[in-house]
Amino acid sequence: MPDRRTFLLGTAGVAGALVIGWGVMPVRQRLTPSKPTPVAPGQTALNGWVKIAADNTVTVMASKAEMGQGIHTGVAMLLAEELHADWSQIRVEFAPVDKIYNNLAGVAGNLPFRPDDDSEFRELVTHLVRKVSREFGAMLTGGSTSISDVWMPMRQAGACARIMLCAAAAEQWKVDARTCRAEHGKVLGAEGRSATFGELAALAARQSMPDDPPLMDPAQFRLIGTSAPRLDMAGKLDGRETFGIDVLPDGLLYASVQMCPTVGGTLAKIADDSKARAIAGVVDVVKLEPYHGGSGGVAVIADNAYTAMIAVDAVVCEWDAGPAKGLGTEEIFRRLNRALDEGEGHAWYRHGNIDDAWKGARPPIEAAYSAPYLAHAALEPVNCTAQVGKDRAIVWAATQMPTLARKCAAKVADLDVDKVDLRQHPIGGAFGRRLEVDFICQAVAIARAEKQGRPVQTIWSRPQDTTHDFYRPACVSRFKAALSDGGDVVAWQNTSASQSILASSAKRNFGLPDISGLNLDKSTVEGAFDLPYDFQHVRVGQKTVDLPVPVGYWRSVGHSHQAFFTECFLDELAVAAGQDAIAFRMRLLQKQPRERYVLERVAALSNWRKPLAGGRKRARGVALHRSFGSVVAQVAEVSQTMDGKFHVDTVYCVIDCGLQVNPNLIRQQVEGGIVFGLSAALWQQITLNDGAVQQTYYSGFRVVRMPDCPDIAVEIIDTPDSRALGPQGVGEAATPPIAPAVANAVSRLTGKRVRTLPLMGDAETPVPQNGGTPCRP
Amino acid sequence: MQTLNVNGQTVEVRAPDYTPLLWVLRCELKLTGTKFGCGVGVCGACAVHVDNEVKLACQLPVNGLCGAKVVTIEGLQGAEARAVRAAWIKEEVAQCGYCQSAQVMAATALLRKTRRPSQQAIDEWMYRYICRCGTYPRIRKALKEAIDTLGGR
Repeated sequence: MPDRRTFLLGTAGVAGALVIGWGVMPVRQRLTPSKPTPVAPGQTALNGWVKIAADNTVTVMASKAEMGQGIHTGVAMLLAEELHADWSQIRVEFAPVDKIYNNLAGVAGNLPFRPDDDSEFRELVTHLVRKVSREFGAMLTGGSTSISDVWMPMRQAGACARIMLCAAAAEQWKVDARTCRAEHGKVLGAEGRSATFGELAALAARQSMPDDPPLMDPAQFRLIGTSAPRLDMAGKLDGRETFGIDVLPDGLLYASVQMCPTVGGTLAKIADDSKARAIAGVVDVVKLEPYHGGSGGVAVIADNAYTAMIAVDAVVCEWDAGPAKGLGTEEIFRRLNRALDEGEGHAWYRHGNIDDAWKGARPPIEAAYSAPYLAHAALEPVNCTAQVGKDRAIVWAATQMPTLARKCAAKVADLDVDKVDLRQHPIGGAFGRRLEVDFICQAVAIARAEKQGRPVQTIWSRPQDTTHDFYRPACVSRFKAALSDGGDVVAWQNTSASQSILASSAKRNFGLPDISGLNLDKSTVEGAFDLPYDFQHVRVGQKTVDLPVPVGYWRSVGHSHQAFFTECFLDELAVAAGQDAIAFRMRLLQKQPRERYVLERVAALSNWRKPLAGGRKRARGVALHRSFGSVVAQVAEVSQTMDGKFHVDTVYCVIDCGLQVNPNLIRQQVEGGIVFGLSAALWQQITLNDGAVQQTYYSGFRVVRMPDCPDIAVEIIDTPDSRALGPQGVGEAATPPIAPAVANAVSRLTGKRVRTLPLMGDAETPVPQNGGTPCRP
Repeated sequence: MQTLNVNGQTVEVRAPDYTPLLWVLRCELKLTGTKFGCGVGVCGACAVHVDNEVKLACQLPVNGLCGAKVVTIEGLQGAEARAVRAAWIKEEVAQCGYCQSAQVMAATALLRKTRRPSQQAIDEWMYRYICRCGTYPRIRKALKEAIDTLGGR
C-alpha cells in the first residue's frame, strides 16, 4: 500500500514537526481550559470538568452530545467515581467549546488500520494524531468513542478535585492532608471531622492541582460497572427536557425552508413570493446559499412555525439542478457495478496469494450483494436557532460537532469565533446526521437576514429533512471464494464499490481537495477488510466512485452494509460446505478467543443447538461482527406471516464491549441499535429520480413500530479478559449484525438467498387511521 | 381570537384559526413538551389528550377545539399517569426522549380506557407512536408494570 503509507508518513512527518518539544503531556493540560469555566452564583470550578456549588451539588461538564445514548450519565460516572461523590449530588451540563474537550479518540479510531495491526507504524501515527487532535482537533461525538475518549481525563479530573478538596479540609482543620479522605460527597478527617464538598469547594479551588493524581484500581470501582440511573429520565417524561427545537428566547421568530429538490442544487431565482408574503404573520422571504454540502433554497420567516411552513410552500422557485441533474438510482447502481467490472480496486487487505489460490481448489462460489442509500430520519427534524447582531451572535444548536459548528457559524455571521456563543442542547436522535453543520450555517444565515436582529428558529419539515440528508452510501459488493473438502475457506476475494464519506466530508467541512484517490477512507471498507476469520488466501479491495449524492456517517457507517455482505456470504459458504452456521464460523476463528466466546454464548442464549419450535414456518439466522472495539453476535428468529411476508420474533444478542461502565446504558444501546438496524434491513431505502430523493415521510421510509418489534434478549460479556480491554464502543456495535442475522434466517425460511437490502422492498407503511395528510388552511 | 382550555387553564389564542393545535401549543403557549415529528399524523410525536381521548395535535385545527379540554404532557396527572411515569423510570425506558411525551400520553390514555389490555391490544394501541431509538421492548415491559401497579388499587 505505498500510496497511502507515503501520504501517512508525510502527514506524520508534518505532525512530528509540530510536536517537537511537546513530549510528556502533564495531566493539567487536558484539565485546565483556555478560558475560565462559566459558573453560576455559588459554584466553584475545580478544573474544566467539574464545578461544586455551596448547596453541595456537583456539576460535571459534558464534552459530548446527549442524543439518547445516555452519555451524560456515563461520563458523569467516570468523574463521580474518582471524586468519591454521591450519585444524588451529580448534575451535568454541556461543556463550552474549548480544546481541552477535543475528541482525541475520534480521528485516531478512523485511521486506516486493521484492529490486529500492532506495527510500530500504526502506533506512531496514532500517537501523533492524538497529539495533533489536542491542539488542532475538534469536539466530536461519534464513532462510538465517547467513553474511551474521556476515560482518562474525566477520571483524572475527578481525582484531582478530590485531592484538592482533601487539601482544603486539611488546611481548614490544620491537619495533615493524608489524614483526610473523601466519601459520598464529604471529606472525613480524624476525630470525626467532616465537611461537605460544598463547604470546601471555594477553599479547594485555591489548592494546587496535582500533577499526576493516582487513579483507582478498577477492582475497587464502586460506581463504574453499576447501572446508575440515567440523570435525564424524569425530565423526558414530563416535557421539561429542552431539545434544540424547544428553545424559546424572547422575541423568537420561526423559519421554514424549501431547498432545491435536486440534491446539491441551488436557487436560480424566486419566481413569485407574493402569495407567501400575503399570508398574515409572514415577516420575510430569504434566499439561501447551499452550505457545507447542502442545497440552496428559500426560507420564510414568520411569527409562527406553521405560518412559515405553509408560506414557504407557496413560494415559487426556479432551480439550478446542478451536477445531480438527471441522476437516478438505476444509473447509480450501474456506475457502481461498472466500477467493479473495470477492476479490483485498491487492496485494503492481502494475505497469502489469492491469484494462485484457485488452482486445484474446488470450483469457486460467487455472489453479488447490494445495499441502498439510507437517511438518518431522526424523530426531531433538523433545526437550529440563531440570533445575529452586529458584534455578537448566539446559536442554540444540538450538534455532534460543536467546535466546527461555532467556527462555521462565525464565518456566516461574519464575526470572530469568540463572538459566537454556542449553546448546546440534547438531540432528539441524531445517528450521525448532526455531525454535519449545513443546517447550522443555514440557520445563522437566516437569522442574519432578519432585519431587526430577532432570534429565528429554523425548522425543516419532514420532507426537507428526508430529502436533504447526508445519506449512508449505496454500495455493491462482489465475492468469490473457494472451500477445501473439509470446509475451510481456502480463498476469499471481495471487492466493493461506493462513494467515499471521508472524501466528501473533508471537502465540505474542511475545504480539502478530493482525497478519494488516496484510499484513506476506512469507513468504505470497515467490516470487510478487518474480518476476524482465518482465510488462507485473501484479497479485500475497494473502488471509490464519485457521485453527486451527499453521503455521511450513519450509525455504524461502513459496518452497516459490509456486515450484511460478509456475514451473509459466509453463511452461503456454510451452506455450501454443509455445515452448521455457528460451527462453520468457529472453525475459522481458532485464533480469536474473544469472538469464539461471544459466539458460544449466543448459541447458548438462543438454544441454537435445539430445534426451533414452529416447524417450517420459522427459521433462525446468526451473524457475528466486530466493530468499534466490540464483538457482537446475534441470532434472529423469524416467522413467515399469513401474507407470505415475515416477522422477526426474537433477537438474542451477546456483546463483548470490554469493561462496562453502565450495563443498563449498554443494554439500551444494544436494544436500540438492533431496532435501528432492523428498520433499515426490512424496509428502508432512499432512491433518486432526476437527482431528487423520492422518499419524504415515514410512510415511504418505514420504521419499526411496536407490533414489528421483536423481543430482544441481551447478554453482556463480563470476564477478566473483557474487563482488561477497558471500555470499548457501544453506541453503534449492535447495528451491523442484525441485517445479516435476519437475512440468513429469511434465506433459510424461504430457501432463496437474499442478497439485496432492504429485505422487503417497496413496503409503504399502512398509514395510521386519521393520519397521513398535512393540515392546511 | 379564540379561547382554548389547556391543562385546566383558559387561554386566548392569536394564531389563525386553521393553525394546528401543535403549533399553538409550541409557538404561542410555550408548551414545548408536545413534539413536532412529521406534521401529517404519521409519527405520533405530538400526542395530547382532548376530552380524555388521545389525539395527534398536528391534525387538529385550533378552531375545532372550542369548549374542548386539552391536556399536554406538562399537565398530565392522575393515578394512571403516575403509574406510567414510575414504571418508565423503573425500566429506564427513554433514550433520546423525543417521542416519550407521546408514549406517556398514549400509555396513560390506554390504561384509563382498559384496566388489563392484552399484549396484542398494547401493540395495536402503541402502533401509532414511532420511537427511532427503539425503546419498544422497554415500553412493553413498563406498561405491564404500570398495569400491575394499577391493578393493586
